Amino acid sequence: MKITYDWLKDHLKISAKEDKLLEKLTDIGLEVESIENLSEGLDLFRVAKIIKTEKHPNADRLKVCDVDVGNNEIKKVVCGAANAREGLLTVYAPPGAIIPKNKTKLVVAKIRDVTSYGMLCSESELNLSDESDGITELSSSKYAKNIGKSYFSKPSSNLIDLSITPNRPDCLGIRGIARDLSAAGFGNLKTEKDKKIKSNKKQTLKVKITKEKNQGCLSFGSCLITNVKNTESPKWLKDKLISIGQKPISAIVDITNYVMIDINRPLHAYDADKIDEGIIVRNSKSGEEFTALDNKNYKLDDGMCVISDNKGVLGLGGIIGGTRSGTELDTKNVLLESAYFDPRSIRKTAKKLNIDTDAKFRFERGIDQLSIEVGLNKAAFLIKEICGGEISKIDNQKIESYKNKVIKFEPKMFEKITGFKISTKEMINILEKLGFKLKKEKKFFKLSVPSWRPDIVQEIDIVEELVRISGYEKIKIENPIKERSKNTLNPTQKLFHFLQRAVASKGYLEAITWSFTDSKYNDHFKEASKEIKIVNPISSELGVLRNSIFSNLVMYMSKNLDRGIKDLSIFEIGPIFYGPQPGEQNTVVCGLSAGKKSRLSWIEKERNTDVFDVKRDVIQTLVEAGYESEKFYIDDESPNYYHPGKSGRIFLNKGKEKVVAYFGEIHPNIIKTLDIKTESLVGFEIFLDNLKLPKKPLKDQKTKYSVSDFQKSERDFAFIVDKKISVQDIVSVISNINKNLISNIKVFDVYEGDNIPENQKSVAISVTIQSLEKTLTDNDLEKTNNLIIETVENKTGAKIRS
Amino acid sequence: MSEIKNIRDQFISKLENDLSIDQINEIKTDLFGKNGLISSKFKTIGSIPETDRKKFASDLNQVKDELQNLITSKINEIEGKKINEKLEKEKVDITLPERPFVRGKVHPVSQTIDEISSIFSEIGFSVEEGPDVENEYNNFTALNTPDNHPARDMHDTFYLDENKEVLLRTHTSPVQIRTMLKDKPPFKIIAPGRTYRSDSDQTHAPMFHQVEGLHIDTNINMGHLKGCLNYFIKEFFEVEKIKMRFRPSHFPFTEPSAEVDIGYEIKDGKIIIGEGDKWLEILGCGMVHPNVLRNVKVDPSKYQGYAFGIGIDRLAMLKYGINDLRAFFDCDYRWLNHFGFDPLDVPSNYRGLSR
Repeated sequence: MKITYDWLKDHLKISAKEDKLLEKLTDIGLEVESIENLSEGLDLFRVAKIIKTEKHPNADRLKVCDVDVGNNEIKKVVCGAANAREGLLTVYAPPGAIIPKNKTKLVVAKIRDVTSYGMLCSESELNLSDESDGITELSSSKYAKNIGKSYFSKPSSNLIDLSITPNRPDCLGIRGIARDLSAAGFGNLKTEKDKKIKSNKKQTLKVKITKEKNQGCLSFGSCLITNVKNTESPKWLKDKLISIGQKPISAIVDITNYVMIDINRPLHAYDADKIDEGIIVRNSKSGEEFTALDNKNYKLDDGMCVISDNKGVLGLGGIIGGTRSGTELDTKNVLLESAYFDPRSIRKTAKKLNIDTDAKFRFERGIDQLSIEVGLNKAAFLIKEICGGEISKIDNQKIESYKNKVIKFEPKMFEKITGFKISTKEMINILEKLGFKLKKEKKFFKLSVPSWRPDIVQEIDIVEELVRISGYEKIKIENPIKERSKNTLNPTQKLFHFLQRAVASKGYLEAITWSFTDSKYNDHFKEASKEIKIVNPISSELGVLRNSIFSNLVMYMSKNLDRGIKDLSIFEIGPIFYGPQPGEQNTVVCGLSAGKKSRLSWIEKERNTDVFDVKRDVIQTLVEAGYESEKFYIDDESPNYYHPGKSGRIFLNKGKEKVVAYFGEIHPNIIKTLDIKTESLVGFEIFLDNLKLPKKPLKDQKTKYSVSDFQKSERDFAFIVDKKISVQDIVSVISNINKNLISNIKVFDVYEGDNIPENQKSVAISVTIQSLEKTLTDNDLEKTNNLIIETVENKTGAKIRS
Repeated sequence: MSEIKNIRDQFISKLENDLSIDQINEIKTDLFGKNGLISSKFKTIGSIPETDRKKFASDLNQVKDELQNLITSKINEIEGKKINEKLEKEKVDITLPERPFVRGKVHPVSQTIDEISSIFSEIGFSVEEGPDVENEYNNFTALNTPDNHPARDMHDTFYLDENKEVLLRTHTSPVQIRTMLKDKPPFKIIAPGRTYRSDSDQTHAPMFHQVEGLHIDTNINMGHLKGCLNYFIKEFFEVEKIKMRFRPSHFPFTEPSAEVDIGYEIKDGKIIIGEGDKWLEILGCGMVHPNVLRNVKVDPSKYQGYAFGIGIDRLAMLKYGINDLRAFFDCDYRWLNHFGFDPLDVPSNYRGLSR
């Protein structure tokens, strides 16, 4: 909402400085978004007279004019306007002036070798109208004596742009803002001189609001003004509109705009002669069409509120008028409409047709239902004053009459909500200034809500008004009490934060990427999951919710590699989606590592990052989070986006519950298709929701402390075994032989090739044997030894290597 | 005695020479070997007349100790020298780089969330969460923003279906609804998380982070709201004093509503929070609207309280001097490394929020 202090003063008796105004506006919730000085430099524009014109020596279309700019100064100005002629009074802008339309600053310029000192301006360049054909022509009778004087009469005040919240339609009118200010003690609201039309002429165009379901128009006031002469607006009106950045068009249009801005009363002016018999306000029928004032043709659905005549639709009520009945400069008879449309109906229609107009903006927030006649009076008088003609009586058709809402308000509620007190007297003063009619009863006020405040419906709204106007700075600070009755984080949240930092501590940089992604990437990682499309994405590259975090990480990894970073680990912890319904999401920690380890190290041998690097990162992370690695079960079934031979999945127990993690090399085909330039790309995913939370808190998890100081013995075994037998199985067989004796098992060599039969491998394992109770004899050791060999051979088909 | 003394003098002078380990060992054998000079003398002790025996033995022992000590120290000296020579040869250029190590980082948004949680934890808030995908009811209707309400225009919403029933939550406020539907009052929660709006430019990202706060009890008023936020902002920015301004505003789900500005100034191109005469809007808040309470079956005549919503990314930018919001989500290695936090830097009450 754009306003000026000057315009506010039409409604407000006040002498305070502008900076006080700005402060007050913000304090009462009418946030000042920006301030602009529109008049700055406008005094440079002078009334001038063309003394002589000559053809430009080097350009056919240009003229060189001698211009009398006053004070006995003649300036040479090059001008391209066809209407530039000797004797013409026009507007001259000297070098240094800023053209209002395009904000360019004029300089002394050579135009085809002729020096031009300034410019003669068109109305469009001065933001006076759309007229850009030729320079401004000033009437010699009015301006002959003004040569050399500033064209813009007096510098208008600053343009203040307010951000009005959607609950305050009343403040979309200058008067509403003035009223709020006066309630807050900033000036006194002037009483409006309510001129009422006294006419014995009837409004002869019949208006009918059809009674039907969901009729969007509740009342339709109108007034007929006959024999008008539509013209240019007088200067005061033009200046007013220009002062808030609007462009004057013609008197009738300017007057309706003026009334709308002044008191937030949208009006519409029809050329009465173009209406066939009368006005019918009704619901549209599917397929009806009309051309609106924005020159677009709209095809309507059923049930949109239209203003029509016998021939069809004239306009969409409260949204936009049609070209067929629009006023023009030669309009003789004007029908002024001042109606009330239901906000929901307005919003529904405008949304469906995707129209955004000033009227729509106002009606959907709620217009004062009692302002219909006030608006008609105000506008009709102005039209008569400026355009002449005769005004008819006001006709007001209603299907519902308005009743003010009544709220019972208990004054003690104020302190209960705000924590501070104001006197009853102050409350009454504020409310009455805001326009409430108040009746004091025993314990409460009976408040009649002003018709311009559709936002106020219950007690709490009254509290808001009172605290807003008396000032938020009065709210006292109650310091919080440092007391905790509930844990801050639940176990899952603790796990989330733990995993986040555990993975970061393994050298991974945490990334946060969008929850949506490019289906091109997502397709590689979504497997059997459903694609979840966003209906209105910001771009097609961000069109689906991610089924895997890899979809994003792989893309960003690739970008980083392209930046020339060769060795890099990144991870993200966040949601992935498996369905479009709330809750159909899982939390995943996903990591990706590219390049080499120890690249260009003087001390360590460089090698590609590999699957056992990520395996370590995952296992270590899980172990740090409190899960026992001895119980983990790992197999090689993993999603297709992993290398089929170099990837696996992890279960917390052999019972095969839910997969807690995948890890492995990213499938070479994906790396190739997505053109990811790296020696190696490995990744992992840990599924937070599948990690069972420990049943006991950490303090109860520690088992009894028992260690053995008896002698321990380490024995090495080498088994030849089928390649398909996993080392995990062999180790598991050994550890299950005797948990009391076998304390540590290490795989120290795996070998395939020479001397080993095809499809077999040699696995060398070191086993630590130690008793908690005694020193083992050679005999004991031998027995355990043999048992290990025998059991492994029996259970896995391995053969001990002699 | 003189014989023992002779042996002693003879060998002490021998040992004064520059000797090798082998030579010393030879001397050792000559003295203490099976038939060594000293060993032999010990064998004669029995044949010494009883009157002299004690003295003889004592002298002999003394000489034995002396020579033995001398030999040991001589050997130690030589070995020490040898080791030193060896170590001298082993000397490395200690300025060569250490073995490579890796260093990960935690994203500034994650760090900021942990900081926020730590601060609110101190004053009794617990953390709640909700899904990223929400239904239209929880995101709007229950929050007193019915369909056809112009306030819906303030949120550019991503929808997942044509009927606009399922969407990506536009704020963390639906967690209020979920929490209040699930439990009974009082409520004292914060809810940090991802939020989504379909605008994207220099200062807006289609995804960003918010933290919601909700405190409902029988007597919670605007003074508590002011106190809570005042405390939070002071703690978060780790400053002694804060300039804060409550400004009336409008949100459908709170009434009265406020926007909160903090005072700042720019010193040497850096933003200083808590001083100066410029205002920066950092959050929206208010008293939970009775309609919202009714929607979640909480009796507004018994319970009341406040809610607030803070942009986390914005807070992180202010605190850590980050200029570009878009960079948060660009995953540029250099940026993550620059603005990220060491995983060991866990914000806590007793160690302080940040180092």
